Amino acid sequence: MELTLSLCKAFLVGGLLCVIAQILIDETAMTPARILTLYVTAGVVLGAAGVYEKLVDFAGRGATVPLTGFGFAIAEGVKEAVTEQGFLGIFTGPLTAAAGGTCAAMLFSLAAALCFSSKPK
Amino acid sequence: MKFEKNNYKRYAKQHARRSPLGKNCLAAFLSGGGVCAAGELLYHLFSGVFRLSEKESGLCVSLVLIFIATLLTGIGVFDRIAKHTGAGTLVPITGFANAVASPAIDAKSEGYVLGVGAKAFTVAGPVLLYGTAAGAVWGLIFWLTKRG
Repeated sequence: MELTLSLCKAFLVGGLLCVIAQILIDETAMTPARILTLYVTAGVVLGAAGVYEKLVDFAGRGATVPLTGFGFAIAEGVKEAVTEQGFLGIFTGPLTAAAGGTCAAMLFSLAAALCFSSKPK
Repeated sequence: MKFEKNNYKRYAKQHARRSPLGKNCLAAFLSGGGVCAAGELLYHLFSGVFRLSEKESGLCVSLVLIFIATLLTGIGVFDRIAKHTGAGTLVPITGFANAVASPAIDAKSEGYVLGVGAKAFTVAGPVLLYGTAAGAVWGLIFWLTKRG
């Protein structure tokens, strides 16, 4: 029961974050690259403001799986790094927090480029 | 029926725009929600069954979703799905993975350095640059307020 509820919350919030992006794409003709950049930056800002944390508490993966969650992770990581290392944390925090996802995307993509060729469109 | 400029605009909007937007939004909601719910299920698997910490479980969810999205991109299926799901597969971390893998694979013929190596960051580059920059600005603010 608890599992079902958490799945529903993740579905609802994650779905709504995608609908906002879909409206931006259809109504303002924003490119996917701009959407992703906007979402990451928005995640950092909302994370810094302490708002996004509440959404994560409520929706779990519904808030962390969308790219705003990537920005939230950056904001949290920076806070942690500055708390531990002081001024130098400003420089080490952002990429440390983004390391896992970024590194995975880079490695898997390199492997995919080695294994596959582009399909005729 | 007489069309004046404004009338025609409204007429065209009513008949051409409304239904695709509603349909696109529904598709984005269902598919994006589905990806996130799948992530939540994986999270419970990692934290409940494998007893990983909150942070480790979250990272493992990302790794699995990135792996699946990259594989689907490689075999040419991701684009076919994304045509229907729109923002539903773009906004989750699957969209980031696809944005790295797709141009990297397409640029294979241009070589591994300036082709694959450079084009992999066509979209990931701006995402990382502005994400990092925003993070650093926040870090500076946090550092200043912590001292004061």
